Amino acid sequence: MATTTKEISIGDLGARSSEHETELQGETMALNVGPSHPTTHGVLRLKMELDGDVVKSCDPVLGYLHRGDEKIAENMTYNQFVPYTDRLDYLAPLANNVAYAMAVEKLANLEVPERCEAIRVLCCELARVSSHLLGVGVYGMDAGAWTVFMYTFTEREKLYTLFEELTGARFTTSYTRIGGVARDIPEGWLGRVLEFCKGVLPVLDQVDKLLTRNRIFMDRTVGIGAISKEDAIAYGLTGPNLRACGIDLDLRKDKPYLGYEKFDFEVPVGTTGDCYDRYLMRAEEIRQSVSIIRQCIDQFPEGSYYAEDAKKIFAPQKAKVLTSMEELIQNFMIVTEGPQIPAGEVYFEAENPKGALGFFIVSKGGGVPYRLKIRGPSFCNLSILDKLIPGHYLTDITVILGSLDFVMGECDR
Amino acid sequence: MQNTNVAYDSKVEGEIIVTQADAVINWIRKHSVWPMPMGLACCAIELMAAGASRFDISRFGMEVMRFSPRQADCMIVSGTVTYKMAEVIRRIYEQMAEPKWVVAMGACASTGGMYRSYATLQGVDRIIPVDVYVSGCPPRPEALLDAMIKLQDKIGRERSVKNLTARNAKPAKADNLALAGAGKES
Amino acid sequence: MAESEFAQLKERFDYLSERQSADHLAVNCPANKLVEFCGALRDDLGYDLLVDVTAVDWDAQSPRFTGIYHLLSTTKHEYLRIAADCADDINPSLPSLCEVFAAANWHERETYDLMGIHYDGHPDLRRILMWDEYPYHPLRKDFPLAGIEVPLPADDVAEATGATVLPAPMMGGPFVSSADGPMSQTEPSARDESWTEQKEKPTD
Repeated sequence: MATTTKEISIGDLGARSSEHETELQGETMALNVGPSHPTTHGVLRLKMELDGDVVKSCDPVLGYLHRGDEKIAENMTYNQFVPYTDRLDYLAPLANNVAYAMAVEKLANLEVPERCEAIRVLCCELARVSSHLLGVGVYGMDAGAWTVFMYTFTEREKLYTLFEELTGARFTTSYTRIGGVARDIPEGWLGRVLEFCKGVLPVLDQVDKLLTRNRIFMDRTVGIGAISKEDAIAYGLTGPNLRACGIDLDLRKDKPYLGYEKFDFEVPVGTTGDCYDRYLMRAEEIRQSVSIIRQCIDQFPEGSYYAEDAKKIFAPQKAKVLTSMEELIQNFMIVTEGPQIPAGEVYFEAENPKGALGFFIVSKGGGVPYRLKIRGPSFCNLSILDKLIPGHYLTDITVILGSLDFVMGECDR
Repeated sequence: MQNTNVAYDSKVEGEIIVTQADAVINWIRKHSVWPMPMGLACCAIELMAAGASRFDISRFGMEVMRFSPRQADCMIVSGTVTYKMAEVIRRIYEQMAEPKWVVAMGACASTGGMYRSYATLQGVDRIIPVDVYVSGCPPRPEALLDAMIKLQDKIGRERSVKNLTARNAKPAKADNLALAGAGKES
Repeated sequence: MAESEFAQLKERFDYLSERQSADHLAVNCPANKLVEFCGALRDDLGYDLLVDVTAVDWDAQSPRFTGIYHLLSTTKHEYLRIAADCADDINPSLPSLCEVFAAANWHERETYDLMGIHYDGHPDLRRILMWDEYPYHPLRKDFPLAGIEVPLPADDVAEATGATVLPAPMMGGPFVSSADGPMSQTEPSARDESWTEQKEKPTD
């Protein structure tokens, strides 16, 4: 039987939609990536119009986790509000606690002793490692690599054990108080942190081997979701998302707080601002954080874990409260009326794992803030979505959302 | 299966076990609950930790976390439910096929938690019937696993055959719900 | 120092006045000059990152609402706070900064949603955190923390379950004492509403 051969051309397989100019055939399809969806990392809703597989427009809908934190803050004393800060970026609660405490201390013009600063640095950096481990793990899982998720979660469990030993809770730690931290570090905790650091780097290497030069992962992430420098600044991006675009802005280096200027660390800066770069940022930041932790433990100062001269702000030691009149009164005033913070306005930002978490506090004196605005980095990071997503394929959305690494807790507050 | 349901003597029955239909159906259902994680906030992270390797929810047959309500048995509401999200949760609950159960994980899902504000639904049981409440903020994965075991016990006590054969088997509706804390009444 | 920086700014923009601040330089700017000022800050003085847009409700004072903007210079690493009072206390409004900073879009929507400040010139001013039909602006001082009863946003769910958006039961909390007054009155007591499901809110 004679066979016929016919040549057909299937065009450029690798061309992305932005290079095709195809006529819209029929109508666009409205697709709702609903608030309950594994891709959206929490309750984010994307109302999209699709032309086939290509997204033509995207309207993110937020507010599904808006719990009224800012209004609650106007009714809570400064110390009573600390648990609410835990639940903002619930992947790195210690970092939020520290940022909030520092904002209030700035308003009160209060300096904390060096040991307290060192403890807070450890808290921030361990929280950063925890958050980025989850960022990388869940990002891998989104792109299809389940093993990475399991590896990073195991390391996070070790971190949870450390946090539990330090603060009493696995996460949602509520560890800082205005003027210090809740309690001093336990015996041998620093040694266990060093052991953890030793253990996390090989796991990170394994994750690296699994993802960084993985053909499938690279195909899914290189060139996708590229954000230009101008766009990044115009939309108010901060944190690893901004640095991936090539802008070197890290508040730990540029506006140092907590004594970060003593530590020698590098800030990774990307080039193209695509999803792959953002992944590389986070992986490298884990290594830098481990280095900071080691340096901090090397130079760990002795001293007090709270500001002892902050009489109206930090509650005195329990032993004194139960025996001495003055401390009893002080404790009573601070617990019932709240730490007495002078009137004024302050805005303080800390370099959180997701970006720059800012607190704008207006105080009219007394123990309760008049107005507390939380500048959530994820809120600003997500604002770029309606410009970023159109033009990409539907399957790229998973990867883009995973690479932005946002948390709805601090986005909606 | 509970021992009281099984009477088995290999010399008499051979390879056949005689038991109650309820025991078998409940046994099958409770050992392969497919949770639908309604992961809203921080509790979702503890839910993920329960699914990860340290606490391993898959020991109980529950590692198949289906995000589609049509394929899931048990909705684990983990996190704060806001009024804006309430309609979504109700709709997803209605899309789940019978038999279905709900676990309210955490303080926010049980009663609104520490968020007593204008935007937070004070407990998911105002809109859907809840079978097990787990307290904690967030509950440890062990607490969640304890809750799932209690759910398994609850499933074991259901009158499944009666429900299956009832002519007008109806899903839990508004008339079954009391305002504060409704459990399934089947 | 802050004084000399302010002096430099004042030289160029004479409509500014200095504002008390615990940390960064803060200026008051009239609302009608806001767009021009921010444009100049971004283009000439290097304040290119709009960090935050928010507002404060001063309640019994007039002007009642003040819009607060925070800018960061990515090159000089300096913050600047700008405060702009809203002229009208009943229907406050400010010019929108969307043309100058793209980040202003969502921030202004949020401030509109929670505080009720209307931004003139905003391309798409609608609610972002509360649902579209929500009738109140929650962060205003006259709005109670527990909320006000409104119907649930979805009719079918409201019908099926009989649930509405109820005010949260404060149950006597949160326990916070007021800032001033005699000790007996600054004892912690419910600042807001103290009704529960058993003891209903008295209708007035």
